[in-house]
Amino acid sequence: MKYIAEYRDGRLAKDMAEQIAATADPVRIYHFMEFCGGHTHAISRYGLEDLLPPNVRMIHGPGCPVCVLPIGRIDAAIALAMRPEVTLCTYGDLMRVPGSDGSNLLKAKAAGADIRMVYSTLDALRIAEAEPNREVVFFAIGFETTTPPTALALKAAIAKGLGNFSIFCNHVLTPAAIQNILDSPDVRKLGTIKIDGFIGPAHVSTVIGTEPYEFFAEEFQKPVVVAGFEPLDVIQAILMLVRQVNDGRHEVENQYIRAVTVFGNEKAQAEVANFFELRESFEWRGLGEVPYGALRLRPQYATYDAEKRFSMVTPAAKDNPACECGAILRGARNPADCKLFGTVCTPDTPMGSCMVSSEGACAAHWTYGRLREKARQADPGRAVA
Amino acid sequence: MNKMGVKAYTWKLDIANGRVDLSHGAGGRAMGQLIEDIFHKALDNDWLRGGNDQSTFAVPSGRMVMTTDGYVVSPLFFPGGNIGTLAVHGTINDIAMAGAVPLYLSACFIIEEGFPLADLECIAQSMGDASRETGVPIITGDTKVVERGKADGVFISTAGVGRVPDGLDLRADAAQPGDAVIISGSIGDHGVAVMSKRENLEFDTAIISDSAALHGLVAAMVAAGGKYIRLMRDPTRGGIAATLNEIANQSKIGFHIDEEAIPLKPEIAAACEFLGLDPLNVANEGKLVAVVAPDGADDVLAAMQAHPLGAEAMLIGHAVADENCFVQMATSFGGGRIVDWLSGEQLPRIC
Repeated sequence: MKYIAEYRDGRLAKDMAEQIAATADPVRIYHFMEFCGGHTHAISRYGLEDLLPPNVRMIHGPGCPVCVLPIGRIDAAIALAMRPEVTLCTYGDLMRVPGSDGSNLLKAKAAGADIRMVYSTLDALRIAEAEPNREVVFFAIGFETTTPPTALALKAAIAKGLGNFSIFCNHVLTPAAIQNILDSPDVRKLGTIKIDGFIGPAHVSTVIGTEPYEFFAEEFQKPVVVAGFEPLDVIQAILMLVRQVNDGRHEVENQYIRAVTVFGNEKAQAEVANFFELRESFEWRGLGEVPYGALRLRPQYATYDAEKRFSMVTPAAKDNPACECGAILRGARNPADCKLFGTVCTPDTPMGSCMVSSEGACAAHWTYGRLREKARQADPGRAVA
Repeated sequence: MNKMGVKAYTWKLDIANGRVDLSHGAGGRAMGQLIEDIFHKALDNDWLRGGNDQSTFAVPSGRMVMTTDGYVVSPLFFPGGNIGTLAVHGTINDIAMAGAVPLYLSACFIIEEGFPLADLECIAQSMGDASRETGVPIITGDTKVVERGKADGVFISTAGVGRVPDGLDLRADAAQPGDAVIISGSIGDHGVAVMSKRENLEFDTAIISDSAALHGLVAAMVAAGGKYIRLMRDPTRGGIAATLNEIANQSKIGFHIDEEAIPLKPEIAAACEFLGLDPLNVANEGKLVAVVAPDGADDVLAAMQAHPLGAEAMLIGHAVADENCFVQMATSFGGGRIVDWLSGEQLPRIC
């Protein structure tokens, strides 16, 4: 595959790995967090950690939109979908995300709810057009990458005068979450979680650019390297982070120059700003309430806002007390530290959100990384995929 | 498929424009006409001409093999085949994976009210063609019609019997550490071909399903080194990832495979890339995975490569002792990872 194979070249990876080994200071340990689930997936799928020296360790961050959606939002979506007049359209990833008491959208569908898997917002629009007697709700989730398509769907719905289309908005923002992690007592005061630098988001950054990360680099003195999702992108970003740490620099660098600019896709940002505004606070699974960490529809589009249109309530719902997803998402724990991991919680029967999506830290570790478990047990300080 | 008094039925079946209605399943003349004009015509052989509710055949000596299978693929027609060809090939392959020679098939059609007769005839005709090409006759069948909404066009349920060559005893628990793992050709073709025609997801591609009957290839393998073959599987739903995990768990061993060695067409790799699929999880309908004792691996592989359906056969790895029964893969990037079963559903109804 041209333009893909080049970024998966094993020979170049080996060269890069040798450079990292030669550059990394053997007496120090480097802890880098990859924020995005896409990076977590690449690290696991290509066995990238096998190529790193033992003192360069990866921490898997919370950048998996499915994983950070709180139980209460799933419960609210299920309650909405059970209404006889509603057709809930959702991306397939969400179908098995656990709500309260073992519920999920797949089970709600089996129980009679009209829930349809779609591949894009346009599919949901088509359903709304084809079935004017149904209340078609699009279950919108994701970071800055998936928000512009939701904005465009809304724009199209308004232009077509679709009175039966609305959006259950769960779009969240990356910079707010990174700040939340860096501001957490674990990282800032207690130092129980060591983070020496970030691999910055790939697709998100194509939309927002590299500029929003300047604040963290400066305020928290942490280097950020924005990187693509191919394995060579990731390994090159790690090399760039090691160099920054060695030099005592904390800059925003852009490894993903083939897609990311400083200011991003300003047209997309403008479309989003037309339709969405910041929520003062929004719960992230694992991180808790994140100030200004999510978006909602602007008040003038209230008729398209499913939360208002159907007077939806988000019930307070707690994760299984033994579930460590929260600590895992913050980088405080490894998947295998959780008592539920691999016992009652597997990709087939996920208890926590990190086990649901293939981008989740637990699912990635279960699917691709378990074989490193023995190595980790022999050296408990080593992070695992 | 019992023969009814169809001559008394005055109206000709309007295959070009007609649709299946409930009378076609009611046991009356309409049903007799449907069976006669579509199924008997397409699948024609002495057994069906006999017009009995069952068919008889002489039983060969030795061990026999029997299998049953259901087909609910959506869409019914896809590049490289349709539900009918898939039913014939798939059932033959299930028999062939025992190393056996397939002898006879049965087919039951559950048809949704309103299904176009032209589509039904096309499917039946494809089955007849597939049956004649493979030399495995469909000797008995059944037809049911259900109300609109109770099925999705047509479902086909099959059974098949075959004879196992003397001295051959392939078992799921027979793989041993050191055995070679061989795949007969490139992976993922069927799943991607079906996906390319799915509603909401249609994309232009030259990819066609690999749907094929593998009993000829199996016969060549058995002739070249039957005593060395531990077991065979056709990696359909769940792809080779599911197949290798099943074998690993049943044989209580692990596998080490090499990503670079696994044949994968560039267009399949590209389609999987933008659909977010792992080709190891994608279905095949004309491929087999064989686990072969080390002493016979070269001969079996050579026999496969000499056969048209095994020309791209590759040795992709080995069985290893592993109490965890992990399937591990050396990635072409230079790392290692576990190849697990797919969780949940990747492609709705692909076979």
